[in-house]
Amino acid sequence: MEQKTQAEKINRQKMPEQNVSSRIRNFDEVPLGYDPQTAQREASRCIMCKNPKCVEGCPVEIDIPAFVKLIKEGKFLEAIYKIKEKNALPAVCGRVCPQEDQCEKMCLLGLKGEPVGIGNLERFAADYEYTQPLAEVKKPTSPTGHKAAVVGSGPSGLTVAADLALLGHEVTIFEALHEPGGVLIYGIPEFRLPKAIVKREIDYLKSLGVKVFNNMIIGKIFTVDELFDRGFEAVYLGVGAGLPVFMGIPGENLNGILSANEFLSRVNLMKGYEFPDTDTPVYVGNHVAVIGGGNVAMDCARTSLRLGAKRVTVLYRRSRREMPARLDEVIRAEEEGIIFHYLTNPIRYLSNEQNWVKAIECIRMELAEPDESGRRNVIPIAGSEQTIEFDTVLVAVGAGANPVLSSTTPDLKLNSRGYYIADPVTGLTSKPRVFAGGDIVTGSATVISAMGAGRRSAQAIHKMLMGIQDTPTTD
Amino acid sequence: MNSKKEHPCQQVSISEDSYTIIEKEQLAKRTICKMIIEAPLIARKARAGQFIILRVNETGERVPMTITEKDPAKGTITIYFQVVGKTTALMRNMKVGERFKDVVGPLGQPDEIEKIGKVVMVGGGTGTAVLYHITQAYRALDNYLVGIIGARDKDLIILQKEMGALCDELIVTTDDGSSGQKGLVTEALNNYLKTSHDVRLVWAIGPLAMMKAVSAITRPFQIKTMVSLNPIMVDGTGMCGCCRVTVGGKIRFACVDGPSFNGHLVDYDELLKRKGMYLNQERESLLFSVR
Repeated sequence: MEQKTQAEKINRQKMPEQNVSSRIRNFDEVPLGYDPQTAQREASRCIMCKNPKCVEGCPVEIDIPAFVKLIKEGKFLEAIYKIKEKNALPAVCGRVCPQEDQCEKMCLLGLKGEPVGIGNLERFAADYEYTQPLAEVKKPTSPTGHKAAVVGSGPSGLTVAADLALLGHEVTIFEALHEPGGVLIYGIPEFRLPKAIVKREIDYLKSLGVKVFNNMIIGKIFTVDELFDRGFEAVYLGVGAGLPVFMGIPGENLNGILSANEFLSRVNLMKGYEFPDTDTPVYVGNHVAVIGGGNVAMDCARTSLRLGAKRVTVLYRRSRREMPARLDEVIRAEEEGIIFHYLTNPIRYLSNEQNWVKAIECIRMELAEPDESGRRNVIPIAGSEQTIEFDTVLVAVGAGANPVLSSTTPDLKLNSRGYYIADPVTGLTSKPRVFAGGDIVTGSATVISAMGAGRRSAQAIHKMLMGIQDTPTTD
Repeated sequence: MNSKKEHPCQQVSISEDSYTIIEKEQLAKRTICKMIIEAPLIARKARAGQFIILRVNETGERVPMTITEKDPAKGTITIYFQVVGKTTALMRNMKVGERFKDVVGPLGQPDEIEKIGKVVMVGGGTGTAVLYHITQAYRALDNYLVGIIGARDKDLIILQKEMGALCDELIVTTDDGSSGQKGLVTEALNNYLKTSHDVRLVWAIGPLAMMKAVSAITRPFQIKTMVSLNPIMVDGTGMCGCCRVTVGGKIRFACVDGPSFNGHLVDYDELLKRKGMYLNQERESLLFSVR
């Protein structure tokens, strides 16, 4: 108990950040990370619960108290190895996981004060490892001789690949784009997740023996059945949602109106912010509107600002409380001067003579009673239309299910919205030996939930490949 | 679905295709370049109407290019391109034996090609190269083919011999009359349709204005007309929505729903404006690269 009182005396250690005036002019990471002393101080706050709730809050069940204790003791490398037992992408998760809704939400310290900065500590451990000489890679257990194909190299595909490789299987990843990483590469901006970190994590997978082929669109270059013909014994589909949603309102095809996916791909995947040193242009006008209230909307808004927009406004149809974006990101966006119009929804776009968007006609919304899911619906207020001038609009209202793979895989069952139907535990689809997870099953969700799905599927695939029959499947 | 289903035997290994330039030829007074690229996996799968996206180098943009020809036995695909911006300028300077950084494909929907009778194939400028692959597929099904290909003058006509070998009739037009009929392909088409009443289908591939004009000509004749669109794209897999076009009042993505569409339903004016969205930047990129 003595330890507990001592622990509560220390406040949660803030992570230093780039100050606002400089960060809105560059694409460098905003939070700068803990130094070892700060990390140890933060780790010492953990009260080492006998029955740690934080682990229950983690979709991949990292042994959080164990790694936090190792950091407290200064055993930083041991801490990262502890994390890597459960999480193949700690440097990513330490940055982009919504810890406030997961592990940190469950932390007992959070009841009276602030929870332990578990995400910050995870990031510290991961970053520390990369300052050290390349450690001996934990070698996979002896090869099983089984071959598995992973389609898509986003968070869930990378997790499946890492887990299966560590279990001794021969794993090949097929990525559609010219660079692996999925949403970590094309979606999340450099200032939130430096691409060098994603590359590092992928190099780690390669060191485990995972083969990565870029520029391979499964459904086009090979069908899923052709992968089996080529000797793969299991296929995991982690292709992501991958289809932008537009609102279907008049004027949406005007010049200057882009999907969030297009805008972020131009900037992140194609490095459009370095144009003309790179060849892919990205256009940002003076007055940018971002439609939506999720993390993608925040990324679009903050990216626009960094590309030189004079005024960036987020239009969201609910209120701040209902915004799906992480609170940290909303606060950073507010600090950076992003304007928020809540309870506001676009109803049509107006153009100038050159077919460019020049204004949005919006309508005010009001919140209705929560529906069964607990989410509050919104209804437009008649007569509240107003027109606001904008010359760029970024539509970040969610994603749909990309049909490229499913349209060439007739025996893969889909739900009414085109997402793959998969067993919630194993990820097994209607097609034998084919598993799926991440956004293409659940619809848009988080990096870590996709990783959780990948982890569970990897276990199921392993059992299938090894002929271990203790789990009932949907077959 | 015309193509013979190739048995996915293991003859081509799953290693990254080399994307090496095997052959290069400058045509049409050096305004058009033909390239044969080593890409065995793509060559095995590519069907008429499909395209690839390539990147020249690490900082390169993703540029869609229609596949003009494929040779699964040799493991090659052929593309034709006109130098219109920085990337195509860089491509023209590439030498045989050099490699593209990335090539991905085949992308887009293959065209559903049937035996239906008399088909008129209209090609303008480099569009003829896109048309050629589709014409081959119609030839394979023994349709009666009328080719109409045109350019500004005789030196700018491409694939005349090849189209002539595939078509039962071939009409060549030039703006200045230096070869074939003087005038535009649209005029030749209009004249042909007035005298020939058994045309079942028209394909038109070329500049947007030409495809729009062809669609206007065939509409009163009520002849189904197909066009192949080339809007701006980024990923080419349906992910970004940059290539959206309005077809029959609905938003379609050219990269995954097309690139071929019913020409009578395409909103050409909107597409023309959308294609100009990055004109200033494209100019800047080209100027920057020559500085």
